[in-house]
Amino acid sequence: MRAPLLALKGVSKRFGAVQALDGVDFEVYAGEVVGLVGDNGAGKSTLVKVISGIYSPDHGEISMDGVPVTVRSPEEATQLGIATVYQDLALADNLDVVANLFLGREELSRGPARATWQVDETAMEHRSHELLERFAVTIPSVRTEVAALSGGQRQQVAVARSLLGEPKVVLLDEPTAALGVAQTAQVLLLIKQLRERGLGVMVISHNLADVFEVADRVFVLRLGRPAGTFDVARTTQDEVVAAITGAHLRPAEVSGKGGRT
Amino acid sequence: MSTRTGAAAAGPDFGPRRSPLEAARRLVQGDLVSVRIIVAIAAIWIIFQSQNDRFLSAVNLTNLALQITATGLISVGVVFVLLLGEIDLSVGAVSGVTSALMAVMNVQHGWNPYLAIAAAVVLGLAIGLLQGALFSSFGVPSFVVTLAGLLAWQGLQLYVLGDTGSVSVTDGKIVGLANHFYSDAAGWVFAAVVIVAYAGTALWSLRARRAAGLADTAAAGPIARTLIVAAATIAVVAVLNSDRGVPLAVLILVAFVAGMQYVVTRTLFGRHVFAVGGSAEAARRAGIRTNRIRIIVFGISGTMAAIGGVLAASRLLSVDQSAGGSDLLLFAIAGPVIAGTSLFGGRGSVWSALLGAITIGSISNGMDLLALQSSVKFMVTGGVLVAAVIVDALARQNRQARA
Repeated sequence: MRAPLLALKGVSKRFGAVQALDGVDFEVYAGEVVGLVGDNGAGKSTLVKVISGIYSPDHGEISMDGVPVTVRSPEEATQLGIATVYQDLALADNLDVVANLFLGREELSRGPARATWQVDETAMEHRSHELLERFAVTIPSVRTEVAALSGGQRQQVAVARSLLGEPKVVLLDEPTAALGVAQTAQVLLLIKQLRERGLGVMVISHNLADVFEVADRVFVLRLGRPAGTFDVARTTQDEVVAAITGAHLRPAEVSGKGGRT
Repeated sequence: MSTRTGAAAAGPDFGPRRSPLEAARRLVQGDLVSVRIIVAIAAIWIIFQSQNDRFLSAVNLTNLALQITATGLISVGVVFVLLLGEIDLSVGAVSGVTSALMAVMNVQHGWNPYLAIAAAVVLGLAIGLLQGALFSSFGVPSFVVTLAGLLAWQGLQLYVLGDTGSVSVTDGKIVGLANHFYSDAAGWVFAAVVIVAYAGTALWSLRARRAAGLADTAAAGPIARTLIVAAATIAVVAVLNSDRGVPLAVLILVAFVAGMQYVVTRTLFGRHVFAVGGSAEAARRAGIRTNRIRIIVFGISGTMAAIGGVLAASRLLSVDQSAGGSDLLLFAIAGPVIAGTSLFGGRGSVWSALLGAITIGSISNGMDLLALQSSVKFMVTGGVLVAAVIVDALARQNRQARA
C-alpha cells in the first residue's frame, strides 16, 4: 500500500487548560480531496495551523511521503510542499493579478537590468497566463486589479497563487464562505482540478453541501478528537452531522442502517 | 494604463463598462488621474493668463520651474511614504536642518562644497532611518513620530545655525545648482536624450511582450504616449530656451522624478512598497520583510528632504532659522495628493510629485503676480487641498463599493 502524502499520527496540542487537539490521526493521499468538518471549537483551525507550521504539536508525528518531518514555521511547511490558502485570502487589493500571484517570489529581469532589481513583468505575465489557463481560471485580464474581481475570482487567484510553489498538499480554509452559487461552483471546479493533477487537497468548511460535492472523504473533529472518517460515496449528510454534534451514532452502526447514498 | 479588455469570460458581477458616463466617472475618480490633473493645470494657467498676460511668459514660466524644484524634490520622498499609507510631517524641518548643516560646514568650516552637500544628504538619510525605525519597531503612528521629529529637527537647526541665525551661501558650486542655465544647444541635447530614452524603453517593452506572446501588443498606445512625451519635452525646452535656458535645477528634479518612478514601478523594492501600502498583512504572509521596507521608505523621505533643502538654499542664497518652515511642508505633502497619490496608501506615482508641485506652484506664482494678499493665498491653497483630498476619499469609497 502506498504511503499517504501527508500523515498525522497521535497529534495533540494543549493551550493552558484547553486540550485543542487530542490524539488526532489523519491522512491525505495523492489525488484525494479530504473534507475537514467540525463544530466551532472542534479544533479545525488548530489542526490547520499545526500542519501549516504556525503551531508546533505537543505530541505526535507528522510525515510526508512516509518520512517523518518537523514543521516549525510556515516557511518550512512551504518548502515541504504544504500550501495553505486562508479564508481572508491575503491578497493585496491595489495590485494586479500578476503581482499578487508572484508576491514575495517575484522574478527578476535577466541581463543588465537585474542590477537594479528590476522585476521581469513579461516573464511573470507569461507564467501567470500558463498557470491560470492550466486550471481554467476565468478572470478578465491578468492585469486587472484584484480589487475589481469578484469574490470567486479572488478565491481562484488565491488558490492559483499557492500552486506557483508546486506544492504536494493544499489546505483550503473555508474556500466557499461568502460566495454566491455560481462563484462557489467555479471554486469547487478548481478544487477538483487540483485532485486530477494528483495533489492532496484538504478542505475545511462549514458547508456540508459543498464538502459532499467535492470531497472523497470527510474527516470529523469533535472537541479536539477524531469523531469518524466517512466515505462520501457511502454516507449521508445526516450521519456526518450526527458525528459533528456527537449524537451516538458510530460509523459502523450507521452503515448498517443507511444504504442510501 | 490598465487594460480592461477581454472581459467576456468574466463572472456575472463583472461587466465591461465603457459608456460615456463611465468615462466621466473614471476621469473624476482616479483611473485617469494624470489627465485630470493636466486639465486642472491648464485651467489654472488660463485663468491666471487672462488676469495677467505675463503669467505665461517665458521668464515667468522659468521662474515657476525654479520655484517648484525644492518642493518637488521633497515631494518625491513624500510619495514613497504616502504609498505606504503613512505620513512624514518632518520633511520641512529635515530640509531646513540639513541645508543649515551644509551651509555652516561650507561657509564657517571651509568644507569642500560637495562634501558639505554629502553631509546634508547623509544627515537626511540618518534622520529618516531613525524615524522609520522608531515608527516600525515600536508601532508608534508615523504621524506622531514625525511630528516629534518636526519639533526636534527645528531645534537642531537653531543649534547648528548658532547665534547669528543666518548663513549666506556664496560657494559657486552650491549656488550654481539653482542658478546655472544651459545653452540652447545643450537644452536640445537634453530634449533629444529624454525623447530617445522614453521611446527606447517603450519599444523595448513592447518587443519583449511580443516575443513572449502576450496580449495587448498594439503599438498605438506606446507610440501615442511617446509622441505626447516628445511634444511636451520640446515645448518645455523651447520655452526655457527663449528665456535663460534649461536650468540645472530642472534637470535635477526631472532626473529624480524619472529615476524614482522607475524604482517605484519596475523594481522589486517598489513592488513591495505597493504591497505593504495596499495590504501589510498580505505582504507579511508573502514573506516580505515589511519593517525593513518601512524603514527604507522613511530613509528615502529624509534623503529627498535634504536634497530639496540643498536646492532651496542654493536658490535663496542663504539658510536662516525659518528655512524649511512656513508652507513648505504643507505644499510638499499636498502636491502629490492633489495629483492623485492616495493618502490611504497603495496608490500613486512619483509623477504626482512633479504634477502636484506644478499645480501648487502655479497657483502660488499666479497669486503673487496678481499681488494678492497672504490672507487670500492661504485660503485659496487650503481650498484646493481640501478639494483634492475629497476627490481622493470619493475614489476610495467607490473602489470599495465595487470590490
